[in-house]
Amino acid sequence: MRDFSSRTIALTGTLIALSLVFSYVEAMIPVFVAIPGFKVGLANIAIVFALYNLGFKKALEISVIRVVLSTLLFSNALSFIYSLSAAVVSLLVMGLMKKSGVFSSLGVSVLGAVTHNLVQLVVAVLVFHTKELFYLVPFYIISGTIAGIIIGMISSLIIERTKGLGYEGF
Amino acid sequence: MKKRTFDIVLIVLLLAICIAAVLITGLRNQKGSYVCISVNGEVQMYLPLDVDGVFSLNGGTNILCIENGFAYMFEADCPDRICISEGKISRIGQQIVCLPNRLVVTVTDSSQEVFY
Repeated sequence: MRDFSSRTIALTGTLIALSLVFSYVEAMIPVFVAIPGFKVGLANIAIVFALYNLGFKKALEISVIRVVLSTLLFSNALSFIYSLSAAVVSLLVMGLMKKSGVFSSLGVSVLGAVTHNLVQLVVAVLVFHTKELFYLVPFYIISGTIAGIIIGMISSLIIERTKGLGYEGF
Repeated sequence: MKKRTFDIVLIVLLLAICIAAVLITGLRNQKGSYVCISVNGEVQMYLPLDVDGVFSLNGGTNILCIENGFAYMFEADCPDRICISEGKISRIGQQIVCLPNRLVVTVTDSSQEVFY
């Protein structure tokens, strides 16, 4: 079912813009870049919100467009490979988890963040042929779990509070 | 809130995997005697940890210091300089990675094999 209603288009556009702003803001706040390689991934708030209110396909759309735009604006071609693969795979995992109906948005976002980190690590190993990077797996799982908890809590609050405002079930 | 219980189970499970992984790698926690320098996945050279010195690596992109049995990155021309912030390494398996220059410094126990 394709949905071209102006409400959906407007909300999708807003969420893309929001996730872009989040990526930019995150790069500017020093607390989030203090630990090398650790990112909270504020942009995922918008993605998780989209997954719960607009469904998997729209969330994937928003995620891919965000990655393309943020690469063009802030980053380089190499990071595009990391970002895109990680974004797509983690969204797939989140979509499946949501579909299973066992986890709340907190659990969904935690495993999404961990998958995101691990996919980036695997891509880094493939690109640089350095198996040694697998030593970082525990660190990546922990940082992903922490980031996922933060993002999951924020987005579950937002999803809860915007219920009944007409954002869901487009 | 039944869903929350599964969330917590998931989080605990993830943390348990990490702790297990750290413990397993921790068992090999001995001091190494060499550092292996590799660029692009190819081993370039081995440097002994018991001889102090300053070494220019990868044609001068990175400068590695060896001091009192510890190795650390002293200078790098990459923009993020994460390798410098990785600090001092001395135990087998510890590494300093400089992704922009595709450089990996790993502590090993001999100059013959790379310890994974």
